[in-house]
Amino acid sequence: MTGTGSALGVPAERREGRQKVTGGARYAAEHPLPGRVHAWPVPAGVARGRVTAVHTEAALDLPGALAVLTHDNAPRITEPDDPTLAVLQTPGVPHRGWPVALVVARTPEEARAAAEAVRVEYAVEEHDVRLTADHPEAYEPEKANAGFPARREWGDPDGAFASAPVRVDVSYHVPPLHNHPMEPHTSTAHWDGDRLVVYTSSQGGTAVRAVLTALFELPEDRVTVVADHVGGGFGSKGTPRPDVVLAVMAARETGRPVTVALPRRHLPSVVGHRAPTLHRLRLAADTGGRLTALTHEVVTHTSRIKEFVEQAAVPARVMYATPASRTLHRAVRLDVPSPSWMRAPGESPGMYALESAMDELAGALGMDPVDLRVLNEPEREPDSGKPFSSRHLTECLREGARRFGWDRRDPRPRARGEGPLLLGTGVAAATYPVLVGPSRAEARALPDGSFVVRVNATDIGTGARTVLAQVAADALGVPLERVRSEIGDSDLPSAPLAGGSSGTASWGWSVHRACTELADQLGSRTGPLPDEGITAHADTAGLADADSPYARHAFGAHFAEVAVDTVTGEVRVRRMLGVFAAGRILNARTARSQFIGGMTMGLGMALTEGSTMDAAFGDFTEADLASYHVPAHADVPAIEAHWIDEEDAHLNPMGSKGIGEIGNVGSAAAIGNAVHHATGVRFRELPLTPDKVLAGLARPVTSGRGG
Amino acid sequence: MKPFGYLRAGTVREAAEALAEHPGARCLGGGTNLVDLMKLGVERPGLLVDVSRLPLDTVEELPDGSVRVGATVRNSDLAAHPLVRDRYPVLSQALLAGASGQLRNAATTGGNLLQRTRCPHFQDLSKPCNKRTPGTGCAAREGTHRDHAVLGHSEQCVATHPSDMAVALAALDARVELDDGRTTRDLPADRFHRLPGDHPERDTEIRPGELVTGVVLPAATASLPSAYRKARDRASYAFALASVAAVLRTSEDGTVVHVGLAFGALAHKPWRAERAEAALRGGPATEDAFARAVERELEAARPLRDNGYKVPLARNLAVDVLTRLATARNRTGTTEEDS
Repeated sequence: MTGTGSALGVPAERREGRQKVTGGARYAAEHPLPGRVHAWPVPAGVARGRVTAVHTEAALDLPGALAVLTHDNAPRITEPDDPTLAVLQTPGVPHRGWPVALVVARTPEEARAAAEAVRVEYAVEEHDVRLTADHPEAYEPEKANAGFPARREWGDPDGAFASAPVRVDVSYHVPPLHNHPMEPHTSTAHWDGDRLVVYTSSQGGTAVRAVLTALFELPEDRVTVVADHVGGGFGSKGTPRPDVVLAVMAARETGRPVTVALPRRHLPSVVGHRAPTLHRLRLAADTGGRLTALTHEVVTHTSRIKEFVEQAAVPARVMYATPASRTLHRAVRLDVPSPSWMRAPGESPGMYALESAMDELAGALGMDPVDLRVLNEPEREPDSGKPFSSRHLTECLREGARRFGWDRRDPRPRARGEGPLLLGTGVAAATYPVLVGPSRAEARALPDGSFVVRVNATDIGTGARTVLAQVAADALGVPLERVRSEIGDSDLPSAPLAGGSSGTASWGWSVHRACTELADQLGSRTGPLPDEGITAHADTAGLADADSPYARHAFGAHFAEVAVDTVTGEVRVRRMLGVFAAGRILNARTARSQFIGGMTMGLGMALTEGSTMDAAFGDFTEADLASYHVPAHADVPAIEAHWIDEEDAHLNPMGSKGIGEIGNVGSAAAIGNAVHHATGVRFRELPLTPDKVLAGLARPVTSGRGG
Repeated sequence: MKPFGYLRAGTVREAAEALAEHPGARCLGGGTNLVDLMKLGVERPGLLVDVSRLPLDTVEELPDGSVRVGATVRNSDLAAHPLVRDRYPVLSQALLAGASGQLRNAATTGGNLLQRTRCPHFQDLSKPCNKRTPGTGCAAREGTHRDHAVLGHSEQCVATHPSDMAVALAALDARVELDDGRTTRDLPADRFHRLPGDHPERDTEIRPGELVTGVVLPAATASLPSAYRKARDRASYAFALASVAAVLRTSEDGTVVHVGLAFGALAHKPWRAERAEAALRGGPATEDAFARAVERELEAARPLRDNGYKVPLARNLAVDVLTRLATARNRTGTTEEDS
């Protein structure tokens, strides 16, 4: 493509696509440094207690074994802010699967065999891993995850609920979920004299460098963190995980480059999970459908060593106008692995529950669920009172309804069938906050007429290289093919992580700024460029992190059609359709991919995914991709993502909102609501697997619990 | 890693001798389950006998009209074979319901029969498991067992056999051929796998030194109406929550002439529903009769805390499949073998 200002929005192909499909792209374990060896963690075999002895002799006698690190001999590190990184520092065992030793050997196979030969003795204590809504140790934390207040309240929600003519009082249950990216958490660490070079699978190398410099007391300029290509993260690589700390320790201890590629079976315990959430929602409305009270209370678990409270009640502070509201989170510290970030933390489970309850309210009112949502649109953000920078939820709902054929829907539950199949359709809304952070970037014009932008962005499979080149080409007013982007290396200008749907906005803002500055320089100069070109720098500190007077969120609407087999209880999605209002869409191809990826993950959350906490042992039963059921191709039907052209001048120079998570939010609720429409039965515990659905189909039909 | 020997067998006899000489040796076919288990440390064979190149890779019709399937025929090839698709649709459907396309391309007929349970505790060395290490206990009975057995389990073991293919073989009255290098014998497919009893470490009736050389699909069940149906958590690449294989022949007046019925994922072996078959034989091929017979079969079920759903699920599957087979016959008036 040529011309100026045309690079944004075009469906440019991923620049590393060919490299990836031909195997040329290097991931963190694929840097065969001379003398490189491999390490394998030994997971704790008890859920609570402490290590009293680690017998390593047998392991060290095995062929290829080089070293066994334990809490007795591992390098000491400065206490990390994130307690899950304080590995091999004390004999304490906070949960089953916690690394209690690390074996280093020549090959991965030798490391695995030696790890199996390490014998660990424990002083075992009784553990408790069962989350219940009335757990005696439930407490109200000061903050939920991401700094949100644990509790917000206005009006008199209890009084308003008690006196309302139409009420819904329902509980929902979302099980533990795991991110399970294709590439497991992996790091290769190499000490080059007093320099540390790390290849790691992370969503943000700048943060990895900051943590390593702190833990190992190194000056920043002696640490380089490379994350060239990352095989997915979904939040689980948003912050450094134990693999990188273990790899650096082992490299220091052995004097050799060391790769730690966490085995798939270790991931559920070591790299985080979405904590289970128990939701209670009380919605009250007048007979016309206007909300008079909204209460969303969440109980979740966290681990003994880390408070991470899934902020699932937070979206209820954004979504609907109501004169009375209470949203609160309670947590129980259990002897479980530490929960952590997973795609759309808070919004994903929270909007499942809220949007399911809204569907129940629509049923109780005898009202169309699209109309109910439109009716309760707030003029300002309910919790903060701020005006929205842009909010086009109504447009998404109406456009989605039009495309989906919603007007042909018979609202009666259990009204459509095909032989043994019950068919139904459902709708749910989506919201995700606009997040953005300060970033640096550099733009360089070269004498040959090409340009290079450099920023330590990370491509976790989303197309970051491509979209940043588009942002640069647009700001420079040059054809896209003349711009190259360099990312994935902490020696580049520092930048925040690919997470919270903030990457493109954060990096793009600084790239845009550097390119604008560079264009100015080029415009005011004459004659050829010097051999090294000319360079402009940008830093959006103070800009990107400035408080906004606006409430900034993306919105969307999901529609789903399901078939429920009354013979087996199997639920299969027939079609999904999402419409999103997420500011300016910067790359139509990669954006679509992100939207439908998020929707597919929502399909998994609704129907197939879930981890089982084994109360006897304190670990998750599903430890591989055969048993943790992410949707297979056969589960993913006709799936469409659309967006509306949304202009918002209060975001960033590109006018974009994040798109990595909004596709996921609400999609599970749309499917659950469709299952209710199909069956007349309201299922309130995910995932909707045949065991639950078949049992539900045997129960008498209900159409909500409206009061 | 534990070193192991590797022998590429050229003849059945060579393979059988190697198995006899090396207790604990394992046959390597497609490796789709065995190699995983070796990585996990669940299987630690001293010797792998690679049988994948033995001349057992054909599907052939025998003079008596039966069909012999070699042990190394790949699952994908078997499912697609015209003889199987035409005469034994239940087998083709069962194979295609199993695993994923990639796995089916590698997995063999013999290996499918000899695959181990996917009980999560069996696969986890840090957990007790009587099947993996006799005498250590069973972590599933009181632990996670939504996917486990409701029929024929023991105090020792509540695991299920994961094969789809084997369920179809049981319903078809297939026979499994075994060879120890000197003599051959065969077993009915529904007697090849065992119930756990006090020896859950033994999955099958195979004797030390024997290998599976093939499966014979009998002429008697060729071209009878048959079907397989499987319920599962996701549409592909998931083990059955319950499955059913059915073969049904009815007469002109709607009487059951022949019925073969087997359940998958309910027990330590494909569960041949002999009581239901006996109840149906000679009786009317109606939905009511199917329901009564299947319920009678499932009276023996002893569900665990979290897998009671399997009983109504299996019932529904069996009644659905049998009714469809009966209805299909009525609709077409005659079945192929009648015409």
